[in-house]
Amino acid sequence: MTNKTKQEPTAQPSSNAMIEIIDLHKWYGELHVLQGINLTVKRQERIVICGPSGSGKSTLIRCINRLEEHQRGRIIVDGVELTNNVKNIEKIRAEVGMVFQHFNLFPHLTILDNLTLGPIWVRKIPRKKAEETAMYYLEKVHIADQAKKYPGQLSGGQQQRVAIARSLCMNPKIMLFDEPTSALDPEMIKEVLDVMVELAREGMTMIVVTHEMGFAKSVAHRVLFMDYGRIVEENTPEEFFSNPRHERTKLFLSQILR
Amino acid sequence: MEEYTPEAAYSPMKPPITHTGVIGWIKKNLFNGYLNSLLTLGILFVFYKIIPPFIRWAFLDSVWCPDCAGACRKAAGACWSVVTSNIRFIIFGFYPYSQQWRPLIAMLLLFGLIYYSSKRENWRKSLIYIWAIGLFVMGTLMKGGIFGLVPVESTKWGGLPLTLLLSVFGLTAAYPLGVILALGRRSKMPGIRWLSIIYIELIRGVPLISLLFMASIIFPLFLPEGVTINKILRAQVAIILFTAAYIAEVVRGGLQGISKGQYEAAESLGLNYVLTMRLVILPQALKIVIPPTVSILISAFKDTSLVVIIALWDLMKTTQSVLSHPKWMGFSPEAYIFLAILYFLGCFSMSNYSRKLERELSQGEQR
Ligand SMILES: Nc1ncnc2c1ncn2[C@@H]1O[C@H](COP(=O)(O)OP(=O)(O)OP(=O)(O)O)[C@@H](O)[C@H]1O
Ligand SMILES: [Mg+2]
Repeated sequence: MTNKTKQEPTAQPSSNAMIEIIDLHKWYGELHVLQGINLTVKRQERIVICGPSGSGKSTLIRCINRLEEHQRGRIIVDGVELTNNVKNIEKIRAEVGMVFQHFNLFPHLTILDNLTLGPIWVRKIPRKKAEETAMYYLEKVHIADQAKKYPGQLSGGQQQRVAIARSLCMNPKIMLFDEPTSALDPEMIKEVLDVMVELAREGMTMIVVTHEMGFAKSVAHRVLFMDYGRIVEENTPEEFFSNPRHERTKLFLSQILR
Repeated sequence: MEEYTPEAAYSPMKPPITHTGVIGWIKKNLFNGYLNSLLTLGILFVFYKIIPPFIRWAFLDSVWCPDCAGACRKAAGACWSVVTSNIRFIIFGFYPYSQQWRPLIAMLLLFGLIYYSSKRENWRKSLIYIWAIGLFVMGTLMKGGIFGLVPVESTKWGGLPLTLLLSVFGLTAAYPLGVILALGRRSKMPGIRWLSIIYIELIRGVPLISLLFMASIIFPLFLPEGVTINKILRAQVAIILFTAAYIAEVVRGGLQGISKGQYEAAESLGLNYVLTMRLVILPQALKIVIPPTVSILISAFKDTSLVVIIALWDLMKTTQSVLSHPKWMGFSPEAYIFLAILYFLGCFSMSNYSRKLERELSQGEQR
């Protein structure tokens, strides 16, 4: 399913870099999963990453908030380099929101408590203030009436929107999405994509791993195609979809656009 | 989506009524088929053979009056007299007779505190202070020596207060220690991980009795001349160390049941290790393992009776010593039934409470 809404990206990326990745390598044991990634993401830039399964897309964005450790190269997020310095890691994680394929809401907490957990304990915001912010973002993802429920009582699409709101409550500078809609039933994909499009329109810096090509066309500034741990091709969405240069890209596009 | 309202197409029907009332239930559950009917009849027959004679023995023909050992010998039924005559010794052991109101109040206070703490709405910070005050009052009552209370050596403590002391504090101290050990065993730091593994496996490799022996006989040999550590305390520590190892393994199982995604979600919000564990992982993991944890706590509660072998006069020992008196010899069934009832009340309330807690904690959330 593709998102047909055609919108011009409103905010153009400014020149200063938000994320800088230089010659990034990662191994899982013997497996060379990322083989020299170079990528600069500017402030307010929106990037879509696609590629076949196992190509290292998740690994790449998980390195950006250090859910995975890289072994070579450098990652600099908003001027702070990711090293083993735990304080830096926590600082970067608080600045970088992450949305997972399987939502990963906390099932033992209500929706509202899911949203206020980070602000209260990491940002040290008073509970009342945090709850106001949480309600604001729940309104934004059109789900404020579910605040007192538990995650298990919501549909997949609703859960994913809560997960997005949870990240937004931390007031992040960057949002990472790892296949946010691929665990959802078709009729719920749109409600999640709509929220993401809205977020894009407000100028959030986003890196989205997705195969929703409609979303890529309407929102992304750049589309990256990854294969075997490398960025094989990188282009504007228009060029990427109409004029893929590499054989691998063509093959891949023919498969997902079938 | 908007035009289609599912309600319009939905006309609810009540489920068909097939069985109603007591008769229906009996038919459906006890007599549905030959084999089942046969089993039901067989069990009814066994009940008939056991229950009326027991009632006759325990109630109709029994002797209840205190100090009626003579009447007991003649009666056909149970001699509850062994309990009623010796109840104060069984419950309080060698605690000075005139002072036994003190352990009584201490126990009532303890029950009150436990009841108060069992309510989830009372789980606030103030609970810690309430317990601190309660412990101080209980300790003062038991020990005496201030506020004009006659001092009572801990060697005189015994019976139910001792059993409660060993189990309540044994269990409440073992639980957090077990959780810490479980976290240690899953730690990324090899030093901590290995220490935890060695501790858990060593302790689980020996019976509680041998730990108690070590605490009471071997451990004092290593102490310098003149230094003694209270015997009750040593037994207490042995019980704590023992129970903690078992709790650690159960909790580890619970931790393994939490998906990696939960850790990642917590970490990606910027929560550090301690907060991730405290706010996200442990609340879920500990809830999953409530049933096996309670099994361990229940068996630990009963195992406190093993302190008999290091000559602590717990409930078991006081009962035994009553039975060794020539006057009461031969009435052990009655005395042990009484003892069993006391232990049962403790165990049953634990398992009952755990089920209630489990129900409350999983309200609204399903996966
Ligand atoms: N924790 C891990 N340990 C070992 N190997 C891993 C681990 N996580 C991922 N891999 C391997 O690394 C490679 C890249 O995985 P990654 O999850 O980044 O792929 P992906 O592009 O996100 O794929 P998908 O579209 O299926 O999500 C795969 O070959 C995968 O098997
Ligand atoms: Mg992936």
